[in-house]
Amino acid sequence: MQRLRVRYAKRGRLRFTSHRDISRAVERAVRRAGIPVAYSAGFSPHPKISYAGAAPTGVASEAEYLEIGVNRPCDPRRVRDDLDASLPPGLDVLDVVEARDGNLADRLEGSMWELRLPGADPAEAERAVKEFLAADLVEVERLTKKGMRRFDARQAVRSLAVVEGPGITAGQETVQPCVILRMVVRHETPAVRPDDALMGLRLVAGFAPPSPAAVTRLAQGPLDAMTGEPADPFAFDRAGGDR
Amino acid sequence: MSVESLFPRLEPLLPKVQKPIQYVGGELNSTVKDWDEATVRWALMYPDAYEVGLPNQGVQILYEILNELPETLAERTYAVWPDLEALMRSEGVPQFTVDGHRPVRAFDVLGVSFATELGYTNLLTALDLAGIPLEAADRTDEDPIVLAGGHAAFNPEPIADFLDAAVLGDGEQIAIAISEVLREWKAEGSPGGRDELLMRLASTGGVYVPKFYDVEYHPDGRIMRVVPNRDGVPTRVFKHTVMDLDEWPYPKKPLVPLAETVHERFSVEIFRGCTRGCRFCQAGMITRPVRERSITTIGDMVEAGIRESGFSEVGLLSLSSADHSEIAEVTRGLADRYEGSQVGLSLPSTRVDAFNIDLANELSRNGRRSGLTFAPEGGSERMRKVINKMVTEEDLIRTVTTAYSNGWRQVKLYFMCGLPTEEDEDVLGIADLAKKVIKAGREVTGSRDIRCTVSIGGFVPKPHTPFQWAAQCDHETVDRRLRTLRDALRSDKEYGRAIGYRYHDGKPSIVEGLLSRGDRRVGRVIRAVWEDGGRFDGWSEHFSFERWMAAAERAFADEPVDVDWYTTRDRDEHEVLPWDHLDAGLDREWLWQDWQDALNTVEVEDCRWTPCYDCGVCPTMGTEIQIGPTGRKLLPLTVI
Repeated sequence: MQRLRVRYAKRGRLRFTSHRDISRAVERAVRRAGIPVAYSAGFSPHPKISYAGAAPTGVASEAEYLEIGVNRPCDPRRVRDDLDASLPPGLDVLDVVEARDGNLADRLEGSMWELRLPGADPAEAERAVKEFLAADLVEVERLTKKGMRRFDARQAVRSLAVVEGPGITAGQETVQPCVILRMVVRHETPAVRPDDALMGLRLVAGFAPPSPAAVTRLAQGPLDAMTGEPADPFAFDRAGGDR
Repeated sequence: MSVESLFPRLEPLLPKVQKPIQYVGGELNSTVKDWDEATVRWALMYPDAYEVGLPNQGVQILYEILNELPETLAERTYAVWPDLEALMRSEGVPQFTVDGHRPVRAFDVLGVSFATELGYTNLLTALDLAGIPLEAADRTDEDPIVLAGGHAAFNPEPIADFLDAAVLGDGEQIAIAISEVLREWKAEGSPGGRDELLMRLASTGGVYVPKFYDVEYHPDGRIMRVVPNRDGVPTRVFKHTVMDLDEWPYPKKPLVPLAETVHERFSVEIFRGCTRGCRFCQAGMITRPVRERSITTIGDMVEAGIRESGFSEVGLLSLSSADHSEIAEVTRGLADRYEGSQVGLSLPSTRVDAFNIDLANELSRNGRRSGLTFAPEGGSERMRKVINKMVTEEDLIRTVTTAYSNGWRQVKLYFMCGLPTEEDEDVLGIADLAKKVIKAGREVTGSRDIRCTVSIGGFVPKPHTPFQWAAQCDHETVDRRLRTLRDALRSDKEYGRAIGYRYHDGKPSIVEGLLSRGDRRVGRVIRAVWEDGGRFDGWSEHFSFERWMAAAERAFADEPVDVDWYTTRDRDEHEVLPWDHLDAGLDREWLWQDWQDALNTVEVEDCRWTPCYDCGVCPTMGTEIQIGPTGRKLLPLTVI
C-alpha cells in the first residue's frame, strides 16, 4: 500500500474547525476527488487516513499533516491538486509526498507559532517576554479531559520573541494594529500550547492583551540543532523520491 | 441599500463559545448571492441548534429553490446557543445568517420551519436578537414578514401573535408564489406598506395571516368562532400539495457542513405522504395523498447527491420507506450501483410488516448494517387496533427473526405511552413483546448475543388527527406506567439483561400538548416562559417543566382555562377547535368517525390498496394518489 503524506493549511474562518470536523471534511473530499483511499478491514471499515498533531480549534495553521493510504499508486502532485480542489477554501493542500519509512508523527518534534495580539502594548510585551525567558519554571493551569492540570509552560519554549514592525491581524478579517509574538515550542506531554504561553506571560509579568490572540502555526517538524527551528518533515521522504 | 457582513463583529466572539464552526457558514454547496442584485430576500430559519437544523430537508429544499430564482436570494439562520446569545447581547451583534452573515432584520421575509412546537421559544430569541418586535402588531415596514411553515404550522395559533403569516403543507410552489407577490409589490413601490402586502398574500387563499382573523370565546373558555375581520380574506386557508415529485428533485446539491450534525448522510425523499392511517400520526394525516418519486429520479438524485457531497450514507426518506411500490428494485439497484464503494443505504422508517429478507440483504450488502428500528407503537394487540397501527405480534416476531438471522444483533423497538384508552396492561404488554423478540432471536441465531432496545415516548394528541378530540394522559399516569414497565423488564432474569430501555418522563409531553392544541391565549405563556429564560425546550438540559407551569399559571390567571383544560380534557364533536379554519383537506366528519372507530377498536385499511374511504383530502385539494410501479430499473453507472 502506498502512503501519501499531506501538508495542509487551516486558514481564515476555517480555523474554527475542530480536529473531528477536519477529519470528516477530508474523508468526504477524498471521496469526491476519487482518490482510491484504502479502507480498514472488519465489520465497520474506516478509510486509512491518519492525522498528526492537529492544531487546536480556533488556531490557524500553515503546517498541518496527515497521511493517506491508497489502494493503487498515485502521483503525489495530482493528489495535491485534486484534494485541494475538493476541500473547502480555507482547508488548502500545500504539499504531498510519497512516504518512505518512518513515522511522520515522530518527526514532528516542535512547532513554530505566531501570536497576533490586537491592541496590546509593544513595550509591555517586550518586558513580559524577557521575564518569561528569565524564569526557569512557569507553572500554568489548564482544564483538560482529566480535570484541572498544573504544568510547566517554560521548559518546552525554545524561543520566544516580539517580532519587529507594526503588525496587522491577518487570517482574522478584523484589521487592527497588533503586537506579534513568535515562538518555537517543543512537543511534550502535556503539550504546551500558545494559550499556555500567554497565561505564562500573564503570570510572570501581568501581561494581559485586551482581546483574544489570533494564533497561527507556521511550521512543524524536526527541531534543527543549529537554528532551533522546525525543519521540513518531508525532507527525508523527498530525498527518497530523488534517488 | 447594501448590507454589510456582521462577520467582523462576530469573529472576536467565536473563540469564546462552544463549537464556533457552526456559526461560520461556508458549507459545501452553500450560496451567497449578491445582495443588491436581488429584489426578494429570504432568511430561512430552523429554530433549533445548527447541528439539528442544518440537515433539515425542508430548509435545504427551499434554500435551493429560492436561490435558483433570478431576483431572489435566500440565506439560512439557526438558533444560537445561550453562550453566544449572551455575547451577542453584550456586544450588540444582531441575529445573523450563516451564509452572508447579514442581519436578519434586513431581509424581506423571515421564513421559519417548525418541525416541532418546542422551537417556539427559540423563535422569540431570534426575533429579539434580530431587533424585530416580538409581536406582529408592533412591526413596521422596516421589519421582515415573519412567516411560519412546517408541520407545527398546521396549528400556528399559539404563536399567532408573533407571526405575520403561516403556510400549510408543501413549501416548494408557495415559496415561489410568495416571492412573486413580493417582487410585484416592491416593483410597484411597496404600496400600502406591509398591511397591503399581507392582504395580497392572504387574498390568494394560500397564506394564513392571523391578524386578519378574530377569535371569539364562550364564557367557559371554548372558542365560539374564528372569523375574518376584513373583506377579501377567505374564511378557510388551505394546505399546499406538490404533485409529481419528479418535477421537484430537490435537494440537488446537498449542504455539506464542516460541523458535526445529527444526520451525516445524503437523504432522498422517496415519497411524500402516507395513508397507513395511524391515528396518532399527524404527519400521516396532513401530508396526504401518497406521492411517490419514481425509481429513476431516485437513482439520479442519489448519484448526483453522492457525487456533490462525498457522503458515504444514503438515507431513503419518507414516512414509511418500505412502502414504496418499487422499494425492492430501488434498494437492489442502488446496492448494485454502489457495491464495493463504501456507500451504505439506510431506510430510516421501516414498517414491521413491510420489512423482508430481500430488503435486509440489500441494506447490508456493503458490509455495513445501520441500525434497525421498528415502531409497533402499542404494546398490545388491542392498543394497536385503537391507533390503527395494523401490525400483529406474528409480523413483529417474523421481522426481527429475519433481521437477527441476517446478521443484525440489535433492533430498536419504538412505543408510545399514554395512548387513548390505554391501561397498565397495554404498556406491560411491551415487556412481553420484548421478551418474545429476544427469545426468537436466540433461537434463530443459536447465540445469546442478541439485544433489543425498547424506546418509549409519551403520546401527544395532535391537530388534524382523529385524536385531536382526545384527552391527553396526565404525566403522573405516564410516569407510573413507564416505571412499571422498567421494573417488569429489569426484573426478568432470563431476558432482562438483553433488553435496553430508554424512556423520557411525561412532563415535556404535557408542554408539547399545550403547544400543539393551544389557541392564541397560549402565546402569553410562551412569551412569559421566554422572558423567564426559556430556550431550547427540545433539549432536556434546557427544558424546565416548572418554568412552563409557573408561566401558565400567571398567563391564565384571568382566564377560565388552564394547562389541564388544553391537555387532559376530552373535546366533544362540535367544539370549535383552534385550527378548524385551517384546512388540511381532511373531512371533519370522517376524522370524528375515525375517532369513534378508534374507541371501538375498528381498523381502517390503506387506501393505496383498498377503495377510497373518503377522508376527504383528494377531492378537497384536487389531488390524487401517485404510486408506481413504473416497471423501470436502475442501470449500472457508466464508469469513466
